Amino acid sequence: MSIVTSPRDPSRCVHREDVLAGEPWLYELKAGQTLRILDLEGNQAVDTLFFNARDPRERYSATDTIRRQGKLYLTAGSRLMSNLGREMLQIVADTCGRHDTLGGACAAESNQVRYALEKWSMHSCRDSFLLACALSPQALGKRDLTSNINFFMNVPVTPEGRLSFEDGISDAGKYVEMTAAMDVLVLVSNCPQLNNPCNAWNPTPVQMLIWD
Amino acid sequence: MTASDSRHVVRRERLPGARSWSLELRRGYALRLTDETGGANCSALFYNARQLLERYNMADTLKAQYTAFLTRGHCCYSDMGRILVSITDDSCGWHDAYCGVSGPDEVAARFGDLRYQQARNGWHRSGRDSLLKELGKWGMGLSDLDSTVNFFSKVVPDEDGALSFVSGHSPAGSVVELRAEMDVVVVLDTCPHPLDPATVWAPKPVLCEVIEVPEAPDWDPCRLSRPENARGYANNALYHCQCHGQGGQAR
Repeated sequence: MSIVTSPRDPSRCVHREDVLAGEPWLYELKAGQTLRILDLEGNQAVDTLFFNARDPRERYSATDTIRRQGKLYLTAGSRLMSNLGREMLQIVADTCGRHDTLGGACAAESNQVRYALEKWSMHSCRDSFLLACALSPQALGKRDLTSNINFFMNVPVTPEGRLSFEDGISDAGKYVEMTAAMDVLVLVSNCPQLNNPCNAWNPTPVQMLIWD
Repeated sequence: MTASDSRHVVRRERLPGARSWSLELRRGYALRLTDETGGANCSALFYNARQLLERYNMADTLKAQYTAFLTRGHCCYSDMGRILVSITDDSCGWHDAYCGVSGPDEVAARFGDLRYQQARNGWHRSGRDSLLKELGKWGMGLSDLDSTVNFFSKVVPDEDGALSFVSGHSPAGSVVELRAEMDVVVVLDTCPHPLDPATVWAPKPVLCEVIEVPEAPDWDPCRLSRPENARGYANNALYHCQCHGQGGQAR
């Protein structure tokens, strides 16, 4: 796990915005711009997808990213790859040290399977994603919702292939920063999950900071 | 090797190496895949045949069963909390779920850029382009190509998540059997696994057999392997509750 701090000064960012737990966020990040996601209160999962802003059929691909870096987790230096094998962004700073690629987004239907059939009415990341998609000028939809990155989320996989959702390794004030290699749409759901420790049982706001 | 019992095989197709194929696999049938020569890779995607927008979801499948790989007793979940297929037989013990398929750039880098013009049907195909071509037959495209299951292939992580391909994982005669839990469209491709370090282009064939099978009984190992799967089957029963006389009652 490598900790890489950022030289960027928050007072000089060009955009700064809090995203509350349970809310989506859709933003076009231009090539060369850098996005910082700041975990304000600690252990808050930030479900994130990226799309080529010019043609959203090209999008972040978990399998391309995992396979081409030969590693399951993301940290500073990781290149976030598209389904066409192109670099979309690179993580340039990370004070958390490790981010999840396999856990995906919570959804009403997967909550039913994982916890209880009655859980369908709880709010979920996929509901946030679907609403943002429905209102997006790009007319995104469910087929665009693939395996997302969970920044700050801890989903360890053992050499025997066991996967679990564990207590987070993030903390208040930790952040991850990535620089765009192409114009990308950033689609975030600030996770409202209350059924497992991915948000320390207490979903909280995160802050988005952008530099040119 | 073929289905070694007396069950009724309704269709048998030998898929050569580096080829794609798709079929509708209906409830009441299973698809048995056999690695006849050893070292095959068979990438697979699954869709609800009546609503293609409902499709195999890698994350929902893995987290529901607390596993990073698939084997007998596991179910392949859709993004709608239902089971598309269950794995009822498996001689390999590990099928890769997180590496996806090769892109054309990876195939060219490993094996050389050999086009149809030079090699006719022995040209070097990529898993991605093969699957895209096959998805097109169902009106689907790039946005519908998500994570595959790579049957017969094993890629293990170390404690830091660094991955290693396990060569020789699937000996000749390896089998895996997938029982349809609803009518599904199965899309298959036999291009080499993208992390297979072999540098000689020698994609392996896979024998595909469609077999009549009974529905999952109450004591079914896939149903009982985890409480999550019992709930998955309950969701399937609700989905099938308007199917006359097909055991669709909710449990």
